Amino acid sequence: MNVSKLLNNRSFKSVSASVIVILLGLLVGYIILLISNPRQATEGFMIILKGGFNGGLRGVGNMLHNAMPIILTGLSVGFAFKTGLFNIGASGQFILGAFAAIYIGVKWTFVPVEFLWIVALCGSIVAGALWGALAGILKAYRNVNEVITSIMLNYIGMYLVNFMVVNTVFDLTRNQSISPVNAYLPTAGMNVLFPFSSVNVGFIIAIVVAILMYIILEKTTFGFELKAVGYNREASRYAGINEKKSIILSMMIAGGLSGLGGGLLYLSNTGKHIEVVDLLASEGFNGIPVALLGLSNPIGIIFAGLFVGHMNMGGFYMQKLRFVPEVIDIMIAIIIYFSALSLAFKSFIESIARKLRGKTL
Amino acid sequence: MDYVIEMLNITKEFPGIIANDNITLQVKKGEIHALLGENGAGKSTLMSVLFGLYIPEKGTIKVRGKEVKINNPNAANDLGIGMVHQHFKLVHNFSVLENIVLGVETVKNGFLKMDEAKKRIIELSKQYNLRVEPDAIIEDISVGMQQRVEILKMLYRENDILIFDEPTAVLTPQEIEELMKIMKRLVEEGKSIIFITHKLNEIKQVADRVSVLRKGKYIGTVDVANTSKEEMSEMMVGRKVIFDINKKEANIGETILSVKNLSINSKVHGKSAVNNVSFDLRKGEILCVAGIEGNGQTELVYALTGLLPVDGGEIFYKGENITHKSIRFRNSTGISHIPEDRHKHGLVLDFTLAENLVLQTYFLDQYQKHGFIDFKSRLKNAENMINQYDIRSGEGSITYVRSMSGGNQQKAIVAREVEKDPDVIIAVQPTRGLDVGAIEYIHNQLIKQRDMGRAVLLVSLELSEVLGISDRIVVMYEGEIVGDVNPSEVTQQELGLYMSGSKRGVGYERK
Repeated sequence: MNVSKLLNNRSFKSVSASVIVILLGLLVGYIILLISNPRQATEGFMIILKGGFNGGLRGVGNMLHNAMPIILTGLSVGFAFKTGLFNIGASGQFILGAFAAIYIGVKWTFVPVEFLWIVALCGSIVAGALWGALAGILKAYRNVNEVITSIMLNYIGMYLVNFMVVNTVFDLTRNQSISPVNAYLPTAGMNVLFPFSSVNVGFIIAIVVAILMYIILEKTTFGFELKAVGYNREASRYAGINEKKSIILSMMIAGGLSGLGGGLLYLSNTGKHIEVVDLLASEGFNGIPVALLGLSNPIGIIFAGLFVGHMNMGGFYMQKLRFVPEVIDIMIAIIIYFSALSLAFKSFIESIARKLRGKTL
Repeated sequence: MDYVIEMLNITKEFPGIIANDNITLQVKKGEIHALLGENGAGKSTLMSVLFGLYIPEKGTIKVRGKEVKINNPNAANDLGIGMVHQHFKLVHNFSVLENIVLGVETVKNGFLKMDEAKKRIIELSKQYNLRVEPDAIIEDISVGMQQRVEILKMLYRENDILIFDEPTAVLTPQEIEELMKIMKRLVEEGKSIIFITHKLNEIKQVADRVSVLRKGKYIGTVDVANTSKEEMSEMMVGRKVIFDINKKEANIGETILSVKNLSINSKVHGKSAVNNVSFDLRKGEILCVAGIEGNGQTELVYALTGLLPVDGGEIFYKGENITHKSIRFRNSTGISHIPEDRHKHGLVLDFTLAENLVLQTYFLDQYQKHGFIDFKSRLKNAENMINQYDIRSGEGSITYVRSMSGGNQQKAIVAREVEKDPDVIIAVQPTRGLDVGAIEYIHNQLIKQRDMGRAVLLVSLELSEVLGISDRIVVMYEGEIVGDVNPSEVTQQELGLYMSGSKRGVGYERK
């Protein structure tokens, strides 16, 4: 395959655009490190690059665990995006899913313990889906922009969950939710592969769900309908597709994905609890750059999620140097920020491809 | 010879297609130079090159004898080249005045000086006889006036080489007349015009010379006065075109679609968009709904196809009341719809051709198994239709429809709607914006469908089309049917009277 042929391949263009923005992001990030602490900049940069590998297998396992929730919120944003919707409400859906999982894990003692985590996860999907459906219904029947509704539903969801935590599953002494000890996720052999790390069956579930989303979007008539409505609502109506139903279902699936992400993270035995504070769940927002970097393709989102998880772990290990924690956040943010530009770079690569073709003629 | 524009040996390529292959275009000062070609012949690409939207791979451009590089529309503007695009580039909630000065505002100490601009626009509009209201908002004015605003935009920028990209596609017959006058006036005032079109009548009417493109290649340039329409169309299509439509006597069968006292309230004004309309459509006939745009035809079709709910009256299809049936029920039980706006309704532009060809049938057993798409049968379907209906595109069935030419997009829709084996075909302005070859193709398809015993409901604004292919005509005016005439017994003038509401047929008197 010669160069210009390769440059004209559709998927190659997408992947190489993502790679270029990552490299640029790293470069700018390095400059930031140089400015803040020139003596340790290179060392710090290497730690970032090594990411989870700084901690050996344990670090890698933690990296996978770190990637798990953002793969799911990334899928949530990406799935909605593929069907023409911009779901900024992943954060609210995420925290509702987390609450539902914890509530079931703590309160539904009538469910046999070995099945409790599965029931709790189902609850998290339902809760997220219902929260997503609200934005979908408003969009379908009243044409209210889903960006606005889902942003507002983030706050409503956060306060609602705080309220419900305090009234149902509250650990007064720690100002947080009670641990759902009976519903902790099984490790599914991941603890053997990655000893002493946090990773558990959740990561496997995230990968399976991503593949499932890929199949739904690309291989089924259901996905065909959802995408048709996303690209052209009027033409879909003309074709006899129930476009209102499609919009609501899209938002429900997106919400369910975020909800599952919340459920998985908060059912992990890692000391994560819902704290009663006025703070939106950041995992929801991190889903947006993950979806962008993965170009909304479910398989791309797996890798994008792993990459961001990798960066986060790098940041974690960088704390041993004398960097202000904020600098690490800025560094990661810049890389993610650049990733949002990947579309612009896609057209840049296209123009190079055109020039090359012009020469070979 | 004094050429104002010379485009020499221009070559421009896109993935899978050479849009312009060694094309030369020379325009004299003070002439109307027509650029003729079918859809996809490369006219728009060539003009985009001249206007700086595309950079050609090969070739040189000379303006007033000097070789130039045009890298963007601003550079073109600096050279005095202006363009009226087929789809106007206007800000809809701005006034006429604001649209004209947009980008070249007169500013004093950071404040807009609109008074002077307004004065100049009024002068210009008088000089060239371009009637506009400077303070009207774009979305409130007619398409014809919007076009005059576009022309004024060019004049305001002191452009003297004017490109008109298919300017008549969106106009009514009266507006076309007026545009022709305006163009002649512009040339008298020393402007040069490149007139992109595929309507031979208009070329005959205004153009001095015509350059013909076919499939990206340059065919030749001829003087309009010495060339017949037949010769021009042969140059354009590459074969002889029969202008007279050949059709057999209609073999009319039983009523298949019956509309009774249909009424639809208007969304725009308080009156009815469709007011108490009744008619029968029979097998084996082409029934034409004629009328000036915006007299209820669109709403009538929406009601028949289920896109718009009905406020009164009933629709019967094969004897069954389908007034409140779903869109899918209608389009899967034999009612086909070739929609008015192929980009809004007919196609999902970001889907591939293969995907668009199964847009209404993807859920049938032959294209899916247990909800999983059968890609093989979808592809086979696409390839069949592409071959059978001669749909041309850069990459075949995996081409994104957005990148196809308008004529081929329309062919794809016609293929899809006809292949469904329908009993009723509702075709709304099926030839709008298409070239001679494609129009001929679509007319023949409709007649063929009629001869197969299918019923065709044709909504058209083109009088020649209305009179040429229909077996019966009903005329709509302000939401009502005002006449039911036989095309062989009516003249264009008479039809015009019905369409403007000045005449009503027997049985359709005003109540």
